[in-house]
Amino acid sequence: MKFTEEHEWLLDESGVITVGITEHAAEQLGDIVFVELPDAGTEVSKDEEVVVIESVKAASDILAPIDGEIVEVNEAIVDNPAMVNDDPQGEAWFFKMKASDPSQMDDLMDEAGYKDFIG
Amino acid sequence: MAGLHKTPLYDLHVELGAKMVPFAGYDMPVQYPAGIMAEHRQTRELAGLFDVSHMGQVKLHGAGAAAAFEALIPMDVAGLAEGRQRYGFFTNDVGGIEDDLMFANRGDHLFVVVNAACKDADIARMKAALEPEVQVEPVTDRALLALQGPAAERALAALDPRAAEMRFMDVANLHLLGVECWVSRSGYTGEDGYEISVPERLAEQLARHLLEQDDVLPIGLGARDSLRLEAGLCLYGQDIDAASTPVEAGLVWAIQTTRRSGGARAGGFPGAERILGQMADGADSKRVGLRPEGRAPMREGVPLFAEAKGGAVVGRITSGSFGPTVGGPVAMGYLPNKFAEPGTRVFGELRGKRLPLTVSALPFVAAGFKR
Repeated sequence: MKFTEEHEWLLDESGVITVGITEHAAEQLGDIVFVELPDAGTEVSKDEEVVVIESVKAASDILAPIDGEIVEVNEAIVDNPAMVNDDPQGEAWFFKMKASDPSQMDDLMDEAGYKDFIG
Repeated sequence: MAGLHKTPLYDLHVELGAKMVPFAGYDMPVQYPAGIMAEHRQTRELAGLFDVSHMGQVKLHGAGAAAAFEALIPMDVAGLAEGRQRYGFFTNDVGGIEDDLMFANRGDHLFVVVNAACKDADIARMKAALEPEVQVEPVTDRALLALQGPAAERALAALDPRAAEMRFMDVANLHLLGVECWVSRSGYTGEDGYEISVPERLAEQLARHLLEQDDVLPIGLGARDSLRLEAGLCLYGQDIDAASTPVEAGLVWAIQTTRRSGGARAGGFPGAERILGQMADGADSKRVGLRPEGRAPMREGVPLFAEAKGGAVVGRITSGSFGPTVGGPVAMGYLPNKFAEPGTRVFGELRGKRLPLTVSALPFVAAGFKR
């Protein structure tokens, strides 16, 4: 699993990369009440806003961690946003994508690096 | 954070794992580990304890205090019975609202509670207008706790059974843990409950004692905001301000008939001409409840339109969030009268998209007061 400074995790399984937010991010955001996901098939660029999540207190944007195409989104978290608080690094993944430049993954942190990053 | 005031319960908040945020110059708990949703539900279903010590507590002494205070607020102060409290607001010369407040007749003085962000200005306003005939005494050695929810009566009556005898908006001195506390049966959640002014050196002990009860959990400012929004209660600085009049804000109910046109003490407060004029002729816009039709919360500042496409901004959301008891987003805002009827559909612009909302009666959640 790889991590971004925007508190996303990426899991590469044979070229299909699952993306979600970290437990640390979910805890910081608080109770999540709304998730808006992109459509499957959308081409995204790194750092483009692709997901909107809202907690009771505030809205946050989730940025595309790398360039690529969204191939699948997790509708379950749209129907039940609280899943993101319950299991952010498991069942409550956000979307799956195919990287247009897989080498962008090499720039991301590993788990130890992310733990250092969040202190 | 440097430069922020701490309430007498600061150490307790930190010990309880609160997330602290700056609010009106104070370092305040926005939520505890349970989270805003759970804290909100706890208050609706059982009881929650809030630290509202940042708010301003002021005593007005002097034989003419009630009559003098009526020159600052459009409420019937002189007619308020001893042991009773009223909601009120300071008005300005153009009929806008300078702050909202609670005031109580305590026999030999009036006890006033004002918002934290406005308290310095409020105290200055009262001193300038009322002294020297009336003495304005800020109370700075007391904390203020709010105990709210259907189990609040049981929790407080365990410390002093007279708590159960109080009705909504009664005030009394209760002996809690051997200490005289100034208690009102009121709050800012739409639930039954109490606000308790306690000497600061005993505040933590009282808070711990209340929190030891199974039905009582600590609640932060996050849930305080979602609770008051569902209850249709205004937040000063968002839903009401110096540019909104009581008529536009839907707060005419707080102006007793004796201060209205034709009343025994009609007018005589700042902005009376405009406010009484609007009461006779109507205002152009009013505060309304709004229910976004989708799941997305629409928050303070979202512009409102009459049409799904095109047209000018007709209004704006002043408070909006997710309502945990409602189970969906809720909001308040101002709309011209012709769009303000419950059931009217309007559109809010969110992230470049116009999303529908329905004008809705307030409150969103029925009040649980013990009248």
